Amino acid sequence: MISLKPETIEKIDKLVPRYPTVRSAALPLCHLVQEDLGYLSNESIEWIAERLELQPINIQELVTFYPMLRTEATGEYHVRVCRTLPCALAGAYQTCRSFEKEFDCKVGHTSEDGKVTLEFVECHADCGKGPVVMVGEDEYTDIDPLKAMEMAAKMKSGELSNGL
Amino acid sequence: MPHQETRLIFKHIDEEGYTNDIDCYVKNGGYNQLKKAVTMQPEDICAEVLTSGVRGRGGAGFPAGMKWKFLDRKSGKPIYLICNADESEPGTFKDRQIIHQDPHQLIEGMICAAFAIQAKLAFIYIRGEFFEGYKILERAIEEAREKNFLGDNILGSGYSCDIIVHRGAGAYICGEETGLIESLEGFRANPRIKPPYFPAALGAYQCPTIVNNVETLCDVKHIIEMGGEGFAKIGTPGNTGTRIWCVSGHVQKPGYYEFACADITLGQLIYDVCGGLKPGRKLKAVIPGGSSSKILRADERFTGKLKDGTEYDWGIEDIPMDFDSLMAVGSMSGSGGVIVMDDTTDMVEALANINYFYAHESCGQCTPCREGVPWMRKVTQRMVDGEAREEDADLLKSIADQIAGRTICAFGEAASWPVQSFIAKFKDEFVEKAQEQAARRKEGKETAEATTLI
Ligand SMILES: Cc1cc2nc3c(=O)[nH]c(=O)nc-3n(C[C@H](O)[C@H](O)[C@H](O)COP(=O)(O)O)c2cc1C
Ligand code: SF4
Ligand code: FES
Repeated sequence: MISLKPETIEKIDKLVPRYPTVRSAALPLCHLVQEDLGYLSNESIEWIAERLELQPINIQELVTFYPMLRTEATGEYHVRVCRTLPCALAGAYQTCRSFEKEFDCKVGHTSEDGKVTLEFVECHADCGKGPVVMVGEDEYTDIDPLKAMEMAAKMKSGELSNGL
Repeated sequence: MPHQETRLIFKHIDEEGYTNDIDCYVKNGGYNQLKKAVTMQPEDICAEVLTSGVRGRGGAGFPAGMKWKFLDRKSGKPIYLICNADESEPGTFKDRQIIHQDPHQLIEGMICAAFAIQAKLAFIYIRGEFFEGYKILERAIEEAREKNFLGDNILGSGYSCDIIVHRGAGAYICGEETGLIESLEGFRANPRIKPPYFPAALGAYQCPTIVNNVETLCDVKHIIEMGGEGFAKIGTPGNTGTRIWCVSGHVQKPGYYEFACADITLGQLIYDVCGGLKPGRKLKAVIPGGSSSKILRADERFTGKLKDGTEYDWGIEDIPMDFDSLMAVGSMSGSGGVIVMDDTTDMVEALANINYFYAHESCGQCTPCREGVPWMRKVTQRMVDGEAREEDADLLKSIADQIAGRTICAFGEAASWPVQSFIAKFKDEFVEKAQEQAARRKEGKETAEATTLI
């Protein structure tokens, strides 16, 4: 059994009947449950399927298709560096290397102490202010390697919000 | 000479003191066009949109009025309106500004459009990464509902409409309109084959559906304000209204700039508006309409005849920024994302970066796309890793040629055009890369070099 916050249940109950079909609520429910519990476990997937009168595979196939849906928890900080061409032209790869060094963690992984998950993501539609970095749901722009070092220091000390 | 922007959609963007709440919007004349719209006949609004000539701002540039005309109204099924706020084409960042800073403009445009096509339910499909944008839209919709601009019996007109904001979850293909619809219905975003699945006939829930970009729907509001003919006076015939150019890459002042269509040239945009390149650098290439559009080389000459018969002979800086001129030079204005590259850019690396993106985003339904795009990525990755071969340029072109035109959706072209155009215009650099690496190998040196773009 998964235990969702009452607010999440309330949001779900309000949302489902708004759609022309129940199944349309599948992706929104994945978001809501993931936001509540941090990731989508098998139990969560089964719960969503049951709530929408679907089979677990119907949810599983979304989880495996949409990059933002996760089946594992992230580190305390979820750092996403945009690597697409405009950000790359602005130095995103160097920014990412700076994070890798500071956290001693390769991009695509979670640091051993569980402090940070570092990922590359594709264009976040703010290319005029690249390199773009997300920490949780907070966006940071114009992050050069030096600023990345400063951000990393603030994450290590816990000063920076995790953006959730 | 400084070039004057024509700010229609972006009138209040970055304006001091302008906030995204409904009071500020109404104080600035907001929702007056909706008040006018609900007193008009829906067909008359459709006629104005047709007269305006407004072309879609999401990528393909199809006239919105024409698309609305294709709507199957005889089916008796409900009609849906979808705002495409996926904004996922690399280099594009205009819809974000509207959503964050002026969400009510979009909502007003949408309700006007929904009324015109008589949709009772509308959706905003917003990319999942717009966490804040989603919250802003949710709040704005509640505000509009409280003031009866939305919901039941809008402004006493007898017309009711609701808007649902639906979040994507990080997949580029959700920007393709039929992939978007699949995603909205709760499935993987696998695009549908057209025909028969033209949304205007068989869209969301197999009902007639109009999908328009954020900027296009904002234009609808302004078309109601100035009338179709008034709107058509902005820009040139066939290229009406304004466009927001999102400039990124190697310019001094990247950002978003709104101009009447054809009001400025690419050169003026780069040098006068965006402050030119960094000191000592020279222009090398421009991708003018989002990463899918074909690249233009700085020293090319573009000659030919326009649709209206006038002959042109342009250098890259002379190209007028509008739909037809960019098509004429073999590229497109697409989503308005202008990516500028200076002479420090390694073209093999740039293409490797682009190929990485498309390989990551293929939905996997069509064999040429699912297999071909990752193959192109593998080749360019190998090239930057020190294993380039002289024949790689030809190999890349041949793979791309076998994808484009052979897939369910236009992603096949979107992924092939960069490869085809990079090879057509910068083949020498691809060959040189292989030769340099071969020379280093002969000397017993490391063949791979440090990269910056991949
Ligand atoms: C691969 C692909 C990605 C697309 N991404 C977007 C997008 O992010 N936003 C958008 O408005 N249109 C996008 N489009 C275009 C849409 O399919 C559709 O044509 C557009 O939303 C229609 O609106 P418009 O006529 O107002 O431009 C994309 C098309 C393709 C083939
Ligand atoms: S072209 Fe690519 S993205 Fe489009 S349907 Fe086929 S596999 Fe999917
Ligand atoms: S490329 Fe990074 S935000 Fe667009």
